[in-house]
Amino acid sequence: MSRIEALDTVSGQLAALAAGSVVAITLAERSLERAAAHAALNALITTTADAGLATAARLPASGGPLAGVPFAHKDLFCTRGVRTTCGSRMLADFIAPYDATVAERLNAAGAVCIGKANMDEFAMGSSNENSFFGPVRNPWDRQRVPGGSSGGSAALVAAGVVPFATGSDTGGSVRQPAALCGVVGFKPTYGRVSRYGMVAYASSLDQAGVLAHTAEDCARVLAAIAGADPRDATCSTRPVDDYVGVLGSGVRGLRIGVVAEYFGAGVDPAVAQTVRGALQVLEREGAVLVDVRLPSLPLSIPAYYVLAPAEASSNLARYDGVRFGHRCDAPTDLADLYGRSRAEGFGTEVKRRILAGTYVLSAGYYDAYYRRAQRVRRLIANDYLRAFTEVDLLAGPTAPGVAFALGEKTADPLAMYAADVNTVAVNLAGLPAISVPAGFVAGLPVGLQLVGPAFGEARLLAAAHALQLASDWHLQAPGAAA
Amino acid sequence: MALDSATLVHLARLARLSLGESERGLLGTDLDRTLAMIDQLQQIDVNGLEPLAQPQASDTENRGDSVTEDDHSAQFLGLSPAAEGGYFLVPKVIE
Repeated sequence: MSRIEALDTVSGQLAALAAGSVVAITLAERSLERAAAHAALNALITTTADAGLATAARLPASGGPLAGVPFAHKDLFCTRGVRTTCGSRMLADFIAPYDATVAERLNAAGAVCIGKANMDEFAMGSSNENSFFGPVRNPWDRQRVPGGSSGGSAALVAAGVVPFATGSDTGGSVRQPAALCGVVGFKPTYGRVSRYGMVAYASSLDQAGVLAHTAEDCARVLAAIAGADPRDATCSTRPVDDYVGVLGSGVRGLRIGVVAEYFGAGVDPAVAQTVRGALQVLEREGAVLVDVRLPSLPLSIPAYYVLAPAEASSNLARYDGVRFGHRCDAPTDLADLYGRSRAEGFGTEVKRRILAGTYVLSAGYYDAYYRRAQRVRRLIANDYLRAFTEVDLLAGPTAPGVAFALGEKTADPLAMYAADVNTVAVNLAGLPAISVPAGFVAGLPVGLQLVGPAFGEARLLAAAHALQLASDWHLQAPGAAA
Repeated sequence: MALDSATLVHLARLARLSLGESERGLLGTDLDRTLAMIDQLQQIDVNGLEPLAQPQASDTENRGDSVTEDDHSAQFLGLSPAAEGGYFLVPKVIE
């Protein structure tokens, strides 16, 4: 293992830019050179070298809080004039005519986009093997998956290509790849960051997030993208906390609930032990560890696999071969145009979820499945509410195991679904959560997930920052040979 | 529960997915297993629980009911695989 350099982080780059030891264009060139050197990871679908270099060249010295910092967007954030594929054949040639709010705000903050990151098609997947553009490889071991669905974003940060990347998290899609790639993944409270221009998968669960090496970097990026947006009616109007300002508040006296169910069946004992080791670091820093139960947690997977496919089948109805996206050749009639355009444009996992969603929403089944799942969702959210009357944060492993081999789980989609239980529940409850590097098992990274109460972003980031000040797992980098 | 082939054909039609027989078989098997998994929810007592549709419904507001966008129709038509004279083109619908 080698170690990351100061210039691999947002904070390190900003300090160097402020000191005048580098200029923005040098950082953009560095990222593009590294992107080329790591092309075998297949982490970028589109590289925006010319636009990135041009942006970096014309940035004023005081161009915003992230001025001159290169990054990549998960390829579901619409970027005006640059194609947004969602990892799908359906949108392989789609060039959005507008910017997502997240893109607009990062542009305004002076960050420099160098490309669009590979992802599971329409954000459906936990291994990044569902992309039309091919799987992404894990920088720690190229025969293994990076996690998903923001697998390209996680791999790019882990490989040192960019100091941060955007992601989206519907059931763990920021946190799980962050854990498997040894970086930090932050999912804010539902409604903290605008979803405008972020291609929809399951609208009541989707939330934009950030991947970076440190909680401090996540705080800086979150500060730039969080806050009300009149173009997203589900975006909260609550004032945005000073995430960077409170980073140093530490964990003394903080009550952290260690959730028994997070360490349940299916969690690799070595991963569990590693995560408990990281929690002991927080305890040494003054946190109080408390045993907590979330009895409804195991219901998260069945509830999620009713609600998310239902919302997906509705959201993805817009891809019809008429207004934008893939259209089949020589349709014989309108039904043929719809049916073949969609069958050709969508991959297997997307079809699986559309069919499941169509089933649970179809006449006669709505109450038995969809309505019931929404009630179970309330049960799960109530578990979290109750837990947060006793503790300040909740903790457990982000994922049950380390990165698995490419192809190892593709034959059994249900096994892949089941592995997301710890992350999915958080989306059902709409809460903020972070995955922080917590150590290694057999040379592969392990993530600690911390979950906060709604709009508890500042507390979460401060706790993760305290862990990173007292540990160096996040400073380890994949070896050059990987 | 095992989905019969007629149900699968009906679902695929509702979802506007033209699936070949082998793909339908594969997806049908996966759907069967998914439905068996989500059937766990039938055992749960949900009496008295309000359905939760959206997790953070407070502190949001709707924008005013006023036009904020210019006419982008030409730009949007330009995204279409087939458009002409200000219209999206589809195969003939009415004989």
